[in-house]
Amino acid sequence: MAENGNQDTNVVVERLRKWSPNAVSEVLEFRGETTIVVPRNVLREVAERCRADKDLQFNLLSDATSVDRFPLEPRFEVNYHLVSIPRSDRLRLQVRLSAGDPVVDSLVSVWPGANWLEREIFDLMGIRFNGHPDLRRILMPDDWEGYPLRKDYPVEGYRDIPGTALRYTRNRP
Amino acid sequence: MTVQSETSTVDTATGKAKTMVLNMGPQHPSTHGVLRILLELDGENVVKAIPDMGYLHTGIEKSCEDKTYSQAITLTDRIDYLNPLGNNLAYCLAVEKLLGIVVPKRAQYIRVLMVELQRISSHLVWLGTHAIDLGAMSVFLYCFREREEILKIFEFVAGQRMMTSYIRIGGLALDPPAGYLQRVEKFINMMPGRIDEYEELLTGNRIWIGRTKGVGYITAEDAIALSMTGPTLRAAGVPYDNRKVFPYSSYEEFDFQVPVRTDSDCFGRYMIRVAEMRESLKIIRQAMKKIPPDGPVRTDAPGIIPPEREKMKTEMEALIYHFKIFTEGFSPPPGQAFATIESPRGELGVFVASDGSPKPLRVHFRGPSFINLQALPKLIEGQLLADVIACIGTIDIVLGEVDR
Repeated sequence: MAENGNQDTNVVVERLRKWSPNAVSEVLEFRGETTIVVPRNVLREVAERCRADKDLQFNLLSDATSVDRFPLEPRFEVNYHLVSIPRSDRLRLQVRLSAGDPVVDSLVSVWPGANWLEREIFDLMGIRFNGHPDLRRILMPDDWEGYPLRKDYPVEGYRDIPGTALRYTRNRP
Repeated sequence: MTVQSETSTVDTATGKAKTMVLNMGPQHPSTHGVLRILLELDGENVVKAIPDMGYLHTGIEKSCEDKTYSQAITLTDRIDYLNPLGNNLAYCLAVEKLLGIVVPKRAQYIRVLMVELQRISSHLVWLGTHAIDLGAMSVFLYCFREREEILKIFEFVAGQRMMTSYIRIGGLALDPPAGYLQRVEKFINMMPGRIDEYEELLTGNRIWIGRTKGVGYITAEDAIALSMTGPTLRAAGVPYDNRKVFPYSSYEEFDFQVPVRTDSDCFGRYMIRVAEMRESLKIIRQAMKKIPPDGPVRTDAPGIIPPEREKMKTEMEALIYHFKIFTEGFSPPPGQAFATIESPRGELGVFVASDGSPKPLRVHFRGPSFINLQALPKLIEGQLLADVIACIGTIDIVLGEVDR
């Protein structure tokens, strides 16, 4: 099954390359999974293509998640896991973002299901999504400071570390 | 989420009476945990609904990054607490994919057996609580009676009723004790009659039909666009089930149906879950025949899988591996893996990224409850307040998984 999957996804890569030579900057194959690294500025077009192209039909956005590679650069990765229900295929789109400018186009206009997933990434990792209709915190309280899933955020939080309690309570009434 | 006052001054589009903003939850029993919904009501009709969650957020994903790969298994139990074995399985499949190891067939079949029992127990809790939300008290008691039998089997096999951590990286925690198959057999012989009982109480019941038929309709296109999976999507007519589409743990060898309906309302979702319980019984029966009487339940991967106690006490190499695994852990190659299973609620995905160190760089859980809940406003806007409860019930959310 894994080999079949590979052949299919190679078709996907070919298809995207044929459509636009800039759409794919790198293809990673690991353990039977294909990751297509997409330049940040064309992410939305590539995603739209993946969904609408009748030979690709990635109609379900299964998951969106992020990785923090601090202190390496580019620091952040956003991964979109796509599923094509009609073709029984999976694909991962990856965008890499620098620490100084963690902003990427929102995919809510392509898959409405991206809404909460992107809010979660914003909430916990601090990556901003251009054009998101409702970019608010979703799991943490609205007035929370910092982004807990970042590698420079302590696992214990700030409350228990002496000298940082002030920072935690700074903007609280 | 801030609201100016309890009563909003905004007029409705029709120019009629002012709407009211009502806070439902987080301590409302029929929100199945601590879900809060802000409802804008025009009389009894829901104009707008804004779910608000995070009350159970415990930072499990962050905690996983601070544990070794094996230690993180105990945390996965606590995500979707009605499906701990499924969570273990999804996490272990992801790490096994990262490591590139294959699990022995015997362990795979036992995993299938346990996960399908877990599916029945989860559906039983769902059916019981959903029925109690809609006013059918007795079904709850019957469902929990049968669930108790499943928990007893788990306790017998894994030593724990709920947070079993029984499925481990590379196989299972331990060989199941002798006589477990007889207990499972006893259960699956009893269960079909019991499911008939529930159906007798509910399927033809006029109140039940009145509360669920035509309530919470969603089209297949909307369901896919909102990333819904599981029974909710299958009730809309899309036969998407990970066990069939992307088989894992030898599911391709089992003969079972994926129930699909097209009515896509609360009643349809109820019928799908009841049919799924019957299919799970079929799978369990096949798994019992397939499980070889003996053989390894853990793969042979020195340095990753802890050695057997006997070997550890007698062989120096095994002792060194044992020491290394429990002090330092093991280091998968750098890379990332995404494994999905069909949990009782839908597609449960685990994303694990490794940087070559003994602790994961990132663990992410694609909780089906979290993503299915996103469709709640779509289901209830324009409906009656009483239907909100039916809709929350049929999405089958577990707040532990929504908030993680």
